[in-house]
This record gives sequence, C-alpha cells and structure tokens, in this order.
Amino acid sequence: MIEQAKTVFARALAAITSGGLVSFLRTRTIVALVLLLSGLLAGIHIARRGTVNALWMSNMMLFAAPLGIVAAGQTLVMLTGGIDLSVASVATASAYLMATHSGLGLAPALLYGIAVGFVVGLINGIGVALLRVQPLVMTLGTGLMTEGMLVVYSQKKMADAPRVPQFIEELGAGKFLGGIPNDLVVWVPLAMILIFVLRRTGYGRLLYAIGDNSRACSLAGIRVWRVLLVNYVTCGLLAAAAGLIIVGGTDSAELRLAEVYLLPSVAAVIIGGTSIFGGRGGYSGTIIGALILTVLNSILTLLDVPESIRQILYGAIILLLAAAYTRLTD
Amino acid sequence: MNEAALLLEATKMAKKFDSVVALKAASLQVRPGEVHGLMGSNGAGKSTLVKIITGVYPADGGQIFVKGVIRSFRSPAEARRAGIVSVYQDPALVPDLTVAQNMRLAGASVDAVRKWLTELGIVRLDFSLLVRDLPDPTLRLIDLARALAWEPAVLLLDEITASLPADLSEQIYAMVKHWRQRGNAVIFISHRMAEVSALCDRATVLRDGVTAGVTERAHGSEERIVALMLGAETARAVASGPSTHAGGSRPDDAEPALEVRGLRCSPLVNEVSFKLYSGEVLGMVALEGQGQEELFDCIAGSRRYGEGAILAHGKELRLRHPADAIAAGIVLVPANRLLALLQQRPIPENIGLPAFGGIRNWGPIKSRDERARVESSIERLRIDTRAGSELRRLSGGNQQKVVIARWLASGFDILLCFDPTRGIDIGTKRQIYALVREIAAEGSAVLLFTSELTEIALACDRAIVLFGGRVVAEMPVSQADEATLLRSAHGLSPSAEAS
Amino acid sequence: MTAPAALNIRLTKRLQRSLRRDPGLFFMPALLIVSFAITVAIHPQFSDFDLQSLAMGALPLAFAAAAQTVVVIAGGIDLSVGSMMAVANVLAASLMEKASFGQSLLLALAVLIGGAGIGALNGLIVVISRIPDVVATLTSGFIWGGVALLILEKPGGGAPQEFLNLGTGTLFTPWLPNALVLLAAAVGVIWIPLRRSKLGLQLYAVGSDRIAAFRSGVNIDRTRFAAYLFSGLFSAVGGVGFTMTTGIGAPLAGVYYTLSGLAAVVVGGVSLAGGRGGMLGPVLAAFVLTLIPTDLIFLNIDPNFGQVIQGTLIVVIVMIGGFVDMERSRK
Repeated sequence: MIEQAKTVFARALAAITSGGLVSFLRTRTIVALVLLLSGLLAGIHIARRGTVNALWMSNMMLFAAPLGIVAAGQTLVMLTGGIDLSVASVATASAYLMATHSGLGLAPALLYGIAVGFVVGLINGIGVALLRVQPLVMTLGTGLMTEGMLVVYSQKKMADAPRVPQFIEELGAGKFLGGIPNDLVVWVPLAMILIFVLRRTGYGRLLYAIGDNSRACSLAGIRVWRVLLVNYVTCGLLAAAAGLIIVGGTDSAELRLAEVYLLPSVAAVIIGGTSIFGGRGGYSGTIIGALILTVLNSILTLLDVPESIRQILYGAIILLLAAAYTRLTD
Repeated sequence: MNEAALLLEATKMAKKFDSVVALKAASLQVRPGEVHGLMGSNGAGKSTLVKIITGVYPADGGQIFVKGVIRSFRSPAEARRAGIVSVYQDPALVPDLTVAQNMRLAGASVDAVRKWLTELGIVRLDFSLLVRDLPDPTLRLIDLARALAWEPAVLLLDEITASLPADLSEQIYAMVKHWRQRGNAVIFISHRMAEVSALCDRATVLRDGVTAGVTERAHGSEERIVALMLGAETARAVASGPSTHAGGSRPDDAEPALEVRGLRCSPLVNEVSFKLYSGEVLGMVALEGQGQEELFDCIAGSRRYGEGAILAHGKELRLRHPADAIAAGIVLVPANRLLALLQQRPIPENIGLPAFGGIRNWGPIKSRDERARVESSIERLRIDTRAGSELRRLSGGNQQKVVIARWLASGFDILLCFDPTRGIDIGTKRQIYALVREIAAEGSAVLLFTSELTEIALACDRAIVLFGGRVVAEMPVSQADEATLLRSAHGLSPSAEAS
Repeated sequence: MTAPAALNIRLTKRLQRSLRRDPGLFFMPALLIVSFAITVAIHPQFSDFDLQSLAMGALPLAFAAAAQTVVVIAGGIDLSVGSMMAVANVLAASLMEKASFGQSLLLALAVLIGGAGIGALNGLIVVISRIPDVVATLTSGFIWGGVALLILEKPGGGAPQEFLNLGTGTLFTPWLPNALVLLAAAVGVIWIPLRRSKLGLQLYAVGSDRIAAFRSGVNIDRTRFAAYLFSGLFSAVGGVGFTMTTGIGAPLAGVYYTLSGLAAVVVGGVSLAGGRGGMLGPVLAAFVLTLIPTDLIFLNIDPNFGQVIQGTLIVVIVMIGGFVDMERSRK
C-alpha cells in the first residue's frame, strides 16, 4: 500500500517537474477533480467554520446519490456520443406513477415506477439505435411526451392521490449506523458495478468504441444497434430508479419533481471528464462531478442567496468548470 | 543563393501536436518558375508543412518568407491574399451549397473558374448544381480551377492525383506545366515517384519532420529520393526488388474459398463473377468508379446487393451486416483507415474490437487471453507502439497495420484488402506486401484491390480487371504487366496484337 | 425547343432543386393547410377571433423557432432560446409598465438590442470556451433564466394599451391579425436580407462542412458568433411579442419555448446536422403546433394532450426521416 502510494507520488512529482502541472492534470483528470472538490470543501471550512462536519458530509452524500444515479445513465449514453434529455421527465413520471399505485403494495408500486423507465428507454433506444434519429431530438420528443402524458394522467387520477410509501421515504431520506445515508446502499454497489462494467467488460469496451467511431464498430462486425438499445433502456431504468429515491427525499410526488436534475445530470458527466462527443471518460469522474455540484448547491443554500442569483451563480460556475475542463483536455 | 529570388521560403519550421512532434526543422525553398516536389514517407510532415504555410495551423517555430518578406498567416484566406493557395487532399467545397455559391463564398470569380475548368477539360458544368451531387474527381478539378482563378504565385497541390483516373491526372500535369511557364511556382506532393520525376524540376525530401535533402534535378534522381526518404540503412533493402513467390499450383477441381456469381448492385456493379482460391492472392485492378468499392462492400456485408450470389467454400452466404461476413470468415481492410479505427482508443482496444461482437462476449474480459492475442499480432506486424495511449498519434502506415493486426488477432479465412497501401510510404508498403504473401502461404485467400499497377506483380498470383461493373480480363501474374493491365482497365482488349 | 418550354423546364428544375434543399418549403404549407382544414371541419364556426388568437398564440413560438433555425442552419444548437425570450419579456414588461406609447417603442428597440447582446454573449461563450454548444447553451440558458427571475420575481409588469394593440389588434380586416403582420415583417426584415447576404451563405457553409468552409476563407468563429447573435435577436423579438400579446412579463413562461421551438424546427424540415433548410418551414410549423391544442379544446379533449401530441409529432417525424434515410442508403 505504502509502496504503491510512493510510486504514485514519485510519478506525480516526475510528471509535475518534467511536463508541468497542467500536463499532469490532463493525463490524470480525476486527480484534478478531487483537488477541486477538496478546494471547495476547504473553502467552506474557512468561510464558515464548523459547517464541514460528519452530519454535513453525510447529508452531501444523501443528496448526491440521486444525482449520481441519473448521471450514471447519462454517462453511459454520453460515452456513446449521445445524450438523454428525457431523464428528468422519466424520473418524475416514475416517482409519480409509483406514488399513485402505492395502494397496491410496495412491490407492484415500484414495478410501475421502473416500468416507466423501461418503456421510455425502449422508445428512445428504438429511435436512436434502429432508426438513427439524433439522440438529442429523440429524447427531447420522448421527454415532452412523457411529461405531457403525466400531466394528463395526474388530472384524470385525482381520486387516487399520490402517496409515498414508508420504504421509499426511508430509502430517500433515512440514515443508518449513525449517519450513513440509506440511498448509498443503492448508489455505492451501483457505482462499483458500473465502473467495473465500463473498465473490464466487453459491453463497456463497446460503449467507448461506439462513441469513438460507430461506423468502425459496424465494420468490425458489431451490431451497434443492440448495444445502443440496451444502453438507452439502461439509462431509462436508472433515471426511474433515481426518481424513486428523489421522491423518497422530498416525500411528495409533484409534477415538476425531477426537472431540476436535467441540467446537473449532464453537467456532472461533463465536469467528470466524459466527452460529449463520446469515446472518452468514465463513471468515476461523474461521481466526483455529482459531488462537486451537490456541494456547490449546498454552498449557495448556505449563503442564503435568492433563487435568481443562485441559478446565475450555479450556471456560471458550471460554465467555468466546463470551460477549464475543455481547455485542459483539448 | 540570392535570397530575394526565392518566391517562398520556409526555414526550420516546427510543429507539435500535444506530445507528438510533426515537424522539427523542415525547410523549403521555392523559386519562381519551378515545379517543386515535396516528398517523404507517411508521417514525415508534408501535409503539416503545407497546412502551416497556408495558415491552417499556426507554427510553433520557424519562419516563412514570401518574396523575401517574413509572413505568417492565420487562415487560408490570408495566405491566399499573399498569393499562396493550396488544393488540399479533400476538396474544400461545401456540400450543401451550389458550385456558384461556393465560388461566391470563397470570393472567386465564376467566370475565371469557368475558364480554368474549360482548360482542364470540363466544358459544360452547371454551376447551380449542389456540390454534394457531383462526383469526387469533378470536385477536385473545381477546387483546382478555383485555386487557379486566384492566380496564385505559389500553388500547392497535396496529393491531388491520389484518386484521380489517369486521363484527369494528365490534364493536371499539363496545367502544372502551364502554370510554371507563367513564372509561378507549384509545390507538388505525391507518393507516385513516376509523377514526381516526370513533372518536377527539383524536390525537397522530408524525413521525420526534418528536411533530409533537396535534389536539384528531380528527373533521374529517383534512387537518391528514395534513399533520402528512407534514411541510408533501409534504402538498400527496398531496392532489392520483389520477393519471388510461386503460386498458381492448384488442382483445377479445387473448391474456391470465395466465389462471386453474377453479382449486381446498382448502379455500378453489373454482373461480377470470379473465384478466389485458398492460398492465393488475387489482384484486382480498375480505374476509378468501375464498381470496385461497391463490390467490396457487398462481399464484406456492408451493402445489400440486388442479384447474384456470394459463396464461401461452396456455401451461399446471406450477408445483411458485416458481422455475417465476419462469421463466414470474410474480413475487410478498407481504403480509408478513418472508417475502420477508433482514433481516441489505444492500440490494443482497436485490435481487440471484433472479439466483442456477440452478446455472449459482453461480459467480463479475460485480460490475459486478450493480451496474448493482441501482443502477438502487434509483434508480427512490427507496429510502432511508442506513440502511447491514443491511436491518432500513430502514423498512417502504422494505423493501417493496426487494421490488419485486428484481423490477424481475430482470425479469418478470406481477406479483402481495398487499396491497403494508398498514401503509405514505401517501407511500410513492402511490409504489407510481404504480409499478404505470408497470409496466403498460410492457407488463407486474399483479394487485393490496388490502384497502383506495380503492386500486382509484387504481391499477387492472379489478376482480374474490372471495367464498367464487370470482370473484363483475368490473367496469371506472369502476363500482368502494367501495359496489359492498363489497356484492360480502359476497356481495351488485353494485348495490343489482338486488336 | 421553344423558349417558353425551355423556361418552363428550367423553372421546374429550379423548383425541384429548392424543394430538395428545403423540404419544408412544400411540406409545411401543405401540413398547415391540412391542419386548418381539420380545424374548420371540427369547428365550423371558426371566426376571425379564432384566427386572431391563433396568431397571438403562435407568435412567440414562431420567433423561438426562428431563433433556433438560424443557429441550427449554422450547425449548432441553442438551448437558451426560451430563457432569452423570458429575459426580453420581463425586461419589456417591467420597463414599459409606466411608459408612454412612444417611450415603449423606444424601449422595445432597446430590449431587442439587449437580446442581441445576450445572444452575442452566448456566441462568445460557445466560440471562446470551446464547450460543446449543447452544454454551453443548456447552462447559459440556466443563467438567463436566473436573470429573468432577478428582473421580475413573479409574473407582473405591463405595457401601454397602444403598444399591446400592436400585437392584439388587426390590420385592414379582422382576418388579418396584427400578430401575423408583425411576424411576417420581423422575419422578413431580419431573415431575408441575412439569407441573401454573404453572411447568410457563410451560415449555411459552416453548418454544412466546417472544414471546407474554413478552407474557403470563411471565418468560422465569427460566423457561429453571428448565428447566436441573431438567435438572441429573434428571441428578443419573441419576448417582446409575448409581452404584446399577453400584456405581462412572466419569468418562467420562457422554458416551454426552448423545447417547442426546437420541435418546430424539426417539424419544419430543418436538418439538425446543419446546412439545410429554411425559415418558412419552422415558422409555419409553429402555427401547426399551436393549432393542435386549439383543436383539442374544440374537440373537448384535455388540451394537455397537446404536449403529448407535440412530443409524438417530433418523435414520429424524426423517425420517419431516419427510416427514409435508411431505405435510401440501402439501395
């Protein structure tokens, strides 16, 4: 362990002294991201002593998990050079449908929620993979469709008011062992699986390959549409799962529940170093991206700025990060 | 030499792309009234030098003098105003605009362009056609005509004849000579030695981003140019001529590895039939646009065909996707490396790619097996892996080797090579010929299309000629001299005596 | 061949070509006529008043579509159109609340200049930061949304009645709503000279093939910058138009127009790959998209289905487009 750390340190030192800090960060983007995150934490710590404590950290993890899960699907899709703008609508619809069916019992209710993700993901996949529609337009359309249907559905469904089951509430807001958020039970294994899939499986290889050059993949005998179809369905499922956790956290199924996650889900992936053109990046960066955005949000809340200023600052910071990042890697 | 007499001078040009050095100290001196050849292996830095001179890239070091005055251009438009115009490898015409709009976009006079087009042999071109509807050779000539319309003092032609049919190439040679006579200079980049020695007055040879030498007379200096391009040690090995190969000894009733029967694929392929046997290299020759590309696509499964049949070892294939062809043992090395490779991924991932075709293989990767497969094919092809983690850092020749290595690693029965040596330096070309021979000797079948007639004698056992979407001639390699192939490729009878 | 016949053939050829270049040119008027016919069929008492409200309803969307079209033709995308409209809308409504008619016209002009400025800022962000345009404008849209909220926290503000009449009244006959005239005038005054100019050619060139355009001497950065500037200008016209037709400033109303405007662009036959399409298609598509919920109301169906239909329409149209392309490439 120590030996490893030593070699890493030695390499880092060599890199810094030979090629300069910038080129070191360029090759080890994840280090840059962790440094940035630590910088943010240090900033809060200095600005408001006592803010950064165990409870605060645990809350950060709690809030970051749903974003991390939506962004997980977004990462998969963006690695192939696509984008999914329907994730927010899917998450909302999943949460709402689950909540209105909670009378049927927990398992059927969850199934309803997840089914939304499956269906929308499948439609996205069919459009993008089989009919080669640009992902942006396709998912924009399905997002609008999902949202519209949800509005119609919610008005027809006044009799059966949405109710969030106890289990979901616990999952989305509870903690165990004195401070470990429950939603990490979903997020941590998921993150480990995803990192493994991307680095060490044929499927992961294919995602990078397709994002790099899908024509080359096809010429190499890969049926690209299969991979993309599975990928968009997976993204839909992850968005649906995230919706369930989000509604557990807020405890009320609203029609605009997950709207605020759309921009951050894309931003977390970009900040995490995944190229929007595909073929480069990974999930570990996205995790840090999600944490950075969550901490940022929390800082803005701490400073008690009004919504307008908050949006402006949040957007400006994402732009700056993305710009710095683009400069660093380009 | 009197410096002021030079039309264009570039001294000690340097350029780095990230960590890769494209140019170290390239120098070039061009006099008025000369055709100056710019030669060099792949990755020697020719195109980079051209792009720096014309303002596409900024230089990291070095100076450019135009008529003795130091200049640096930030865009091709700026270079153009100083009388330096380049025709790049791919036509710089916008596909969704008409020809006339393209001319207006670039600020070229339509009348002048039309005049030059007429000189180049294109008499009646409808300028209101969309560029995307015009064939590639026409676009090259339009690009050239537009360049000429600016009356440049220095005209740079970057492999302009690379994919042009012979008759159009002749037009271009004539135009180049004409341009020289008017006291201007032409910088001519080509891999075709014959062209350069016939056309150029002098030649500058680049090697590894450095000017290796300048020959005062291009004609008759071929040996010296090759020596300069390759460096002293390797020159002798190349000069030693083709490897001899036996071939042609197979029983008449043998079952072909690949048989194509009456294949039609509109509009260019009209009934193509031929047989390819295990252990042989079948060469294919055709002028541009005789259906060869479509034919290869059909056999490789990336294009549907209307009629006819493709059989592998006597069994008819149903090819709906390249995966079907690969499953039947048929693999393709396309002409355009960019189509086949993942530029941002490392070499091993590029080589290992076909292994993940089936859903069965979507699971965990057995890294030891993969490494063994990949490394052995890297070694066999002597791929230069120093370039590090991303494929795009490799030179063109090495990239082409990666495409072949991919199929060596995954295994195949029939190898389709479409002009695998296009735009590749002589040393790598030799390696590829030798490899193709080796593959055939091991019992696979190889179909090799080539646009360089000399390659037939170097690598093939048999040759077929495609013309107008049909096979018009078939001959053993012993009869396939360049004159015969050329006659057949033009649709003439194979030998002069027969006509 | 006689001269008129030759002329005829040439005309047909030209027509064919322009149709190929811009399928929206034929398809969209046809679709609009069909949807009008359907509307009149289900609602025979379709009156001048219905036409006026349709024109008023479609006005902001048509401008959102126009804004998006300029950028899409240049090969980009602008996901901040709605937010820019919101800024223009609240800016106009809060400034004009106590203004005279003359002042309000001047203020409208100022807002338009401001909108072009915001668009220019977008352009600078995209060009200088080199962040992919989807991300850059998605994020900058978030910022402009914040700016709109900063100007006006809740729906409110207003404008002098004469100013509102410009958007709500009619010209000459009740069948010619001012909104329609305004739309035609604004698009005509901005787009037609632009399209004919060299800059217009450059927009198409950059969208079609950036490298070829650069090598033809086009300044890519400047052209993309200009596209975003015009997007901001059209958005601002849309925002001011929204103020005219609704009489208030609504900081959150803009969000809807980003996605719907993009929908109109897609339905209007502009290729998202860039370089192909025109302005007529998207603007007419805005009317079709506005007619849908109107028809649903006439049919006593929940107008919220309008969004479902809009989404479905995008999906179906792009899927058909994809299918046609695939069939074509197979041949």
